Amino acid sequence: MVVLLRSYSYDIMRGVRLKCVSTRKFKTGAVSVSLVCPLDKKTAAMNAVLPYVLRRGTASHPDMLSIEAYLDELYGARLEPVLRKRGEAQCIGFYADFIDEAFAEKNVRIIEKTVDLMAEMLLMPAVAGGRLRRDYVETEKDNLIADIKAELNDRRSYASGKLIEKMCDKERYSVPKLGRLKEAEKITVATLTKHYRELLPKVAIEIFYCGSADPDRVARAVKTGFRSLPRGEIAPFTANEIIYSPRGPVREFSEELDLTQSRLAMGYRVGEAMRRPNQAALMTANAMLGGVPTSRLFMNVREKQSLCYYVSSGLDRHKGVLLISSGVDEEKLGAAREEIERQIALLKNGEFEDWELEAAKKSIVTAYLSVCDSQPALESVYLDFGLSGLDIAPEDVAALAEEVSREDVLEVFRGIELDAVFTLKKGGSEDVH
Amino acid sequence: MFTKYEYGRIGEQCYREKLDNGLSLVVVPKKDFNRSLAFLSVNYGGADRRYKLNGQWIDTPSGVAHFLEHKAFELEGGEDAMTAMTKRGANVNAFTSSEMTAYHFDCIDGFFDNLETLIGFVTQPHFTEESVEREKGIIAQEIKMSEDDPDHVVYYGLLRGLFKKHPIKDPVVGTAESISEITAELLRSCHSSFYVPSNMTLVTVGDRDPIEVRDRAERLFSKNYSEAPAREAYKEKQEPAKKLVSSDMEVSERLFLAGAKTKSNLKGEEAVRFNLTAALSLNALLSEASPLYSELYSEGLVNETFSYDFESANGVSFFSFGGEAERAEEVVDRVIKEAERLSGGIDRAYFARRKKAAAGDELRALNSFDNLAYNLALGAAGGYDYFNAASIMKDISEEDVCGFLKTWLTPERLTLSVINRKER
Repeated sequence: MVVLLRSYSYDIMRGVRLKCVSTRKFKTGAVSVSLVCPLDKKTAAMNAVLPYVLRRGTASHPDMLSIEAYLDELYGARLEPVLRKRGEAQCIGFYADFIDEAFAEKNVRIIEKTVDLMAEMLLMPAVAGGRLRRDYVETEKDNLIADIKAELNDRRSYASGKLIEKMCDKERYSVPKLGRLKEAEKITVATLTKHYRELLPKVAIEIFYCGSADPDRVARAVKTGFRSLPRGEIAPFTANEIIYSPRGPVREFSEELDLTQSRLAMGYRVGEAMRRPNQAALMTANAMLGGVPTSRLFMNVREKQSLCYYVSSGLDRHKGVLLISSGVDEEKLGAAREEIERQIALLKNGEFEDWELEAAKKSIVTAYLSVCDSQPALESVYLDFGLSGLDIAPEDVAALAEEVSREDVLEVFRGIELDAVFTLKKGGSEDVH
Repeated sequence: MFTKYEYGRIGEQCYREKLDNGLSLVVVPKKDFNRSLAFLSVNYGGADRRYKLNGQWIDTPSGVAHFLEHKAFELEGGEDAMTAMTKRGANVNAFTSSEMTAYHFDCIDGFFDNLETLIGFVTQPHFTEESVEREKGIIAQEIKMSEDDPDHVVYYGLLRGLFKKHPIKDPVVGTAESISEITAELLRSCHSSFYVPSNMTLVTVGDRDPIEVRDRAERLFSKNYSEAPAREAYKEKQEPAKKLVSSDMEVSERLFLAGAKTKSNLKGEEAVRFNLTAALSLNALLSEASPLYSELYSEGLVNETFSYDFESANGVSFFSFGGEAERAEEVVDRVIKEAERLSGGIDRAYFARRKKAAAGDELRALNSFDNLAYNLALGAAGGYDYFNAASIMKDISEEDVCGFLKTWLTPERLTLSVINRKER
């Protein structure tokens, strides 16, 4: 028996939507604000640094210590900057959670106070001479540059990131979530302040709440908190550029690094299935291929043939890009890749058993019903729905997954095509090129 | 007796029983949730290397508990329990820490079928000599991967600096050499010694009938009571084995982790009190809301990777703090100075609001089934009740925190582990 969650939508003002999920089952309430910015190489680094700069201080809480002291009094409410890449959207903003008022003293009104603080962070940052504070911009710029360089530390995501950068070099999608180093280095107080002021009036904003409060009360709190948000022409959220098939033969890229295990990243275009995307079928197909421990890739490439230490596939449903990522011994790189391609060819041919489809469907059902048990997961999924213009609930996705047929997943498999491959190989550090 | 406990202040309840075979059972009902979770832990981990069996002390190589965790999933006929349960839509996983091996799953439906599979594969091993040999390749890969991970390297660097002989200093996964010594026979012997009900805890969380969980648990485990072997209690000096441990890796920023040993061999509520005192002390000193963090961050000495931790396991305890920092030594100096200042007296209002926030954090942590199950299992093995932690924390005073910082956070006790940047 699935417990259905109630949800409510509000248009707060032009280009600002609020989604409220009502439930008493959590110990906390959660609120998030997401500015949906088009991913663009010119603005990505500025967007990436912005929530961190704004989080440093506001007009009435000018530094970190005074913000933290205020949050402490709200029973240790947390309010964190958030930065996400969803397809060709770069979503920046804040996520807050705080204890449910049932566990606090009477009349603390934690929701209003948190929403007000969040709105103040966005609308009334600490300034000096009409600009964002130099010390905040400089430190956060340094942190962003360090974060961009640190992408190297996680070899797995580094390989995937490089693949996307190369494979989608002619698309906005190639821009990483953090922006590019060159653009980050160019950030100044003047350019960031200007960008911030230009961004606010035109950006679409998604606001989310989950908790026990009356949704109308939350809507009032949001309306009040954000009343001074400037609203001009809202730049309509530009649709993702879908590439239905690769430009030409598979492109190969590689890099050397001082590591003990090689990394293999393979990028596919989902292709035709993106024309009328059946979200449940896309997710089921990905699960079947490499999303769960019963998947083709895991069972064959890893378990049966021991060709790699890990292998999995991930799907960006907004963009229609499917990515396979694997950790492989260098001498097995060729064999692992061959086996991955062979498995995909088999799936395209319909050579799979019913239990594989059933297991994949169940994993999606479980995943989406589990979403209802976690506030951060609900927040994330509702942002996805909002970006896709879908007015549905996680339970609906679970129900749709139950309906996915053999023909549905086959249609997805038939469309996928390998576009580019990136390998990260072992190279001596003395090996200077 | 299967007894119900109510914790009204935090809105939780649970049922507990120690079955005749010695199994600790904790059932946490959660209304309105779709997921149910079962967490079966064995009080046996990577640091339980030396133990007494039939009057003889036995030494085992590093990596046995973790190896056993990998092989436990093998079912009769070579099928894999993970596959079998995943087919039913469950998420199954396991982990091995220095003191615990835990197997857990969560699912939407088929909970009791999955529970039966879980208890079955954990308690009845089916691995063979051949499958153990095959596994060595997979585990060797896992070891290699961890050796590429700077966080792993800096962490074990610190532990090697802190501990001279306690096996907590060795990676739970073992080394290429140590796992080569592991045989099916050794794994079987460890299994039959440690995987006994009296050395295990089953925690379930979710909207399932508690009585049925209890009845299934009673039926599915062996009826026999037997005790797990006694383990070596290592004696460690209070000073660290080494003051500095460093290595070079291709990392983007210099990475550090500093720490010190604290009290050893604490039990039950006394341990909880000490752990909470440690957590509050480090919180007052180093959390994002602390004056020191705000200074270090503003000066660019640390970034958001900075964090701190307190761990208590296998009879020892230690704290650590670190992150990316080019000038790690300077950060450590500043931490020592601030600890000195705070140990002379903490601002009452500051301490009160940090405690209020910590109480909020404890409450927030109850949202997570995985966290609940893990902590309740640790509590069952360690003789305390995790659900009472919040009320114990209330009694911890400024003086307790000053005392902790004064005693434990001193230059002579600290070890520094660093990863220096190797140029590409």
